[in-house]
Amino acid sequence: MKYELRLSGTGGQGLILAGIILAEAALLDEKLAIQSQSYGPEARGGASKSEVIIADEVIHFPKVTKPNLLLAMSQEAAAKYSHDLDQDSILITDSLFVKDVPAFGGKVYELPITHSAKEELGKGLFANIVALGALVKLTGIVTEASLVKAVLNRVPKGTEEANKKALTVGMNLIK
Amino acid sequence: MSKILLLQGNQAVVEGAIAAGVKFFGGYPITPSTEIAESLAERLPLVGGKFIQMEDEIASMGAIIGASLTGKKVMTATSGPGFSLKQELIGYACAAEIPLVIVNVQRVGPSTGQPTSPSQGDIMQARWGTHGDHWLIAITPASVPECFELTLRAYALSEKYRVPVILLMDEVIGHMREKIELPDNYDEIPQAERKQPDCAPADFKAYAADESLVPPMPPFGNGYRWHVTGLVHDETGFPKGAGSATKAAADRQYHKLYDHLDDIVQVENYCMEDAEYAIVAFGGAARTAYEAVDMARKEGIKAGLLRPITIWPFAENEIQKLAGKVKGILVHELNRGQYVYEVERAAAGKVPVYSYAKYDNEPATPAQLLAEFKKAMAL
Repeated sequence: MKYELRLSGTGGQGLILAGIILAEAALLDEKLAIQSQSYGPEARGGASKSEVIIADEVIHFPKVTKPNLLLAMSQEAAAKYSHDLDQDSILITDSLFVKDVPAFGGKVYELPITHSAKEELGKGLFANIVALGALVKLTGIVTEASLVKAVLNRVPKGTEEANKKALTVGMNLIK
Repeated sequence: MSKILLLQGNQAVVEGAIAAGVKFFGGYPITPSTEIAESLAERLPLVGGKFIQMEDEIASMGAIIGASLTGKKVMTATSGPGFSLKQELIGYACAAEIPLVIVNVQRVGPSTGQPTSPSQGDIMQARWGTHGDHWLIAITPASVPECFELTLRAYALSEKYRVPVILLMDEVIGHMREKIELPDNYDEIPQAERKQPDCAPADFKAYAADESLVPPMPPFGNGYRWHVTGLVHDETGFPKGAGSATKAAADRQYHKLYDHLDDIVQVENYCMEDAEYAIVAFGGAARTAYEAVDMARKEGIKAGLLRPITIWPFAENEIQKLAGKVKGILVHELNRGQYVYEVERAAAGKVPVYSYAKYDNEPATPAQLLAEFKKAMAL
């Protein structure tokens, strides 16, 4: 088993952290995982991607070459990082930001990720955790128990309940 | 007991430094090495160490040289632009035989280059960046666990041979996160020790060496007084203008390392037992190469990887042996071609040596490397 994910959007949306959490959840499931990232010199803004490979066997090359899943949380990211999707790939977009969905022949889930974070948690900054909830519910790539544990290991003290709720909000986006 | 973590290569270097007993870091943060300074600023005070952000990279080198003279294990970390600035004092550390570890997480150069993009363009600079005949050690990790192990090894070598060791990383390995198993506490990790004089302070000659050719090095402030200089000096440590002194210093500094290549030079052989064609790659580029070798094997091509772990001194014997064994060698590196000329020199025409040089901000994919490999070997 080898599953390749690319989480992309705008610098500042927390996608590098989301990638780290996903990889740590995979380790909790006793799988192997590698996370890598690429970004421009800006601290905020600019297209940003965080890649995660989860596998049962040793992973040599750390970058995604055949994405099973692309999460795109900005229009620029959807355009820039969708070039190697194929008909077996899954694309999840944040419908608040991605209006023009690239055609690649595979499944697309246009989800109100940031919108739900704002509506149900009062803050758009939970969008990365909402997105994790949705993509794990959709793919089952890590167990939900490990995902919750990995999120709680990484988020600031005092925000545990809100983050747990963010995961649930994300999971509920997948019917 | 141990713990399993997901760490960046840079963070694993920090763990290795703490485990090795590093007590001083002087540096100036620069992408893609910044996490090393950032984490050590947090960690060092907790183990009784000191972290100083210096005014620039030159001063950082001066600070770690001074701290090393007091007997501490010391580190600085940088990337290309800073590595260039450090060169003058790297030469001083070679001349005065000061143990220290410099981490260079390479990015695209020259000059400011591409700050966030991976490169292996400082290969020759690591060897010949400072002027004059000099000898030092450079080692290159290819995984997060190896960042930890090779940081420990860097101190073992540096203290044993009284020589600067360059931990030559690249952005791929420095920034990627992967699984690492670390001991819960580092108390049982063997600490590299500096040889101490067995004479009284009054009889001490700072650069008088035994048959190991490595002079003992007492910490400053312990009664042993000596003169530290970048001028050519004799065994007293004081400048000496004679040609014989120049030659003696150079010969001893060469032989103290190059008589011990078996101890210093390490390579990894991957699928090499029955290999007919070889890839030579190191650091981040080796990650591509392992997978390209696996893909080639699935196609029935007997490919293997020789991965230099020690970059300098050059793996002369290992490459010579390789050239006697395979039909062709492809050197894959993230620059426009540097290490390939060393491999070509050692192969000495016994087999063709090809280059797959990649220098466009992205590491090669395994499929790209396999295609270049097959093209080169006419397979």
